[in-house]
Amino acid sequence: MATIIETNDTHLYYGKKEALKGISMAFTANEITALIGPSGCGKSTLLRTLNRMNDLIPNVTITGKITLNGQDIYAPEMDIVELRKEVGMVFQQPNPFPFSVYDNVVYGLRLAGIRDKRQLDEAVETSLKAASVWEETKDVLHQSALALSGGQQQRVCIARVLAVKPDVILLDEPTSALDPISSSKIETMLLTLKKDYSIILVTHNMQQAGRISDRTAFFLDGRLVEYTNTTKFFTNPSKQESEDYISGRFG
Amino acid sequence: MREIFGSELQKLHTRFSEMGMMVNEAIYNAVKAFVDHDRELAQNVINNDNQINAREVDLEQRSFEMIALQQPVTSDLRMIVTIMKASSDLERMGDHAVSIARSTIRVKGNPRVPEIEADIAKMARFVEKMVAAILDAYVKTDAKKAKKIAGQDKKVNQAFQDIYTDCIKQMQQSPETVVGSSDYMMVASYLERIGDYVTNLSEWIIYLKTNKIVELNNNDNERM
Repeated sequence: MATIIETNDTHLYYGKKEALKGISMAFTANEITALIGPSGCGKSTLLRTLNRMNDLIPNVTITGKITLNGQDIYAPEMDIVELRKEVGMVFQQPNPFPFSVYDNVVYGLRLAGIRDKRQLDEAVETSLKAASVWEETKDVLHQSALALSGGQQQRVCIARVLAVKPDVILLDEPTSALDPISSSKIETMLLTLKKDYSIILVTHNMQQAGRISDRTAFFLDGRLVEYTNTTKFFTNPSKQESEDYISGRFG
Repeated sequence: MREIFGSELQKLHTRFSEMGMMVNEAIYNAVKAFVDHDRELAQNVINNDNQINAREVDLEQRSFEMIALQQPVTSDLRMIVTIMKASSDLERMGDHAVSIARSTIRVKGNPRVPEIEADIAKMARFVEKMVAAILDAYVKTDAKKAKKIAGQDKKVNQAFQDIYTDCIKQMQQSPETVVGSSDYMMVASYLERIGDYVTNLSEWIIYLKTNKIVELNNNDNERM
């Protein structure tokens, strides 16, 4: 089991507020890792540190080390555009650009300077197929992505990430705005994708974590409480706080 | 929400404990009827068995609903699974009490063997105590005690062997006791089976407490 991303005593402060209180964990390649915990526990913050999305927020201080394939992603020589190509992100609300489906998917490739039409066409088809949305979009590739349903938009956003061939896909509650059928399509797709990608998923849906993840990490108040294989976590967690949270005994 | 689920779970637990008491009483009465040659009490045990059966169905129904509607995990799930599995063990124990009661009714009027009856009464009291103890261990979720109780099943098996051998000897010596003695053998075997179900119950208590599925009295093999 190869480690793809590793955090080592990662602290993150929003101004003076400590949102991550020393997180050390290793994410395994070609697995789905679920990050769970109540709102404000730091799971999305941690997810965003993994491709430096927090750089955009003023007053953020990050200490500790985070490595991707052994390379320090906060090192001065790290190219953020390159990092985000390797570590793509999908958000809670589908956020297609107000372009056609085709232009959405090739957006990252064009940024990277690729102009060859055959190469772009091929990437569009492969990525949309991998994101399980090709059948629904192949006849409307040049129409606006905004005309698609929420579930289709989300899968196009995933295709947009896949097109740049990342190593890691970060997903921040990718199905919470979707109906159960669309959610199920995305879950099935993620299970298929994990043979080629490492997937890190923030979710509030326990059943979703149970259904698709290999490992589950439970966060509380900026701390990593428990990180173990998902079957163990949902049948016999080691920590009382984990047990209380997944049994709904909190709050 | 958690309070509602918690109180449902508590109700399930209470109704299961009640079922345990019903079965315990059935065994107690079946044994008492056998020892006292009390046909009326034996008939009561038989008549009351449908209440035990109905309770099992009721517990299963509630468990299915809670699993479908509440999607319980970890200790909540284990509690429901334990009750579903253990209630079917209890129901079978109740059936054995009925079988003992039927033998009591049958044996009356046949030539009897007081020494063997005394041994059966002794075995019965021992089993009865195991049943009461295992129900107590369930209520306290005491896995250690449960395992200890299961260990006593060896004595029950030995008592069965002894009674069996004595019955065979008795039949050879006094053929007029053949009908009565074969019922003695059966009663002893029902008691022995009840002891096995006590072992099953202790396995469920261990699962409830530790999440481990164990096989007791069988080289202590562990799965998982």
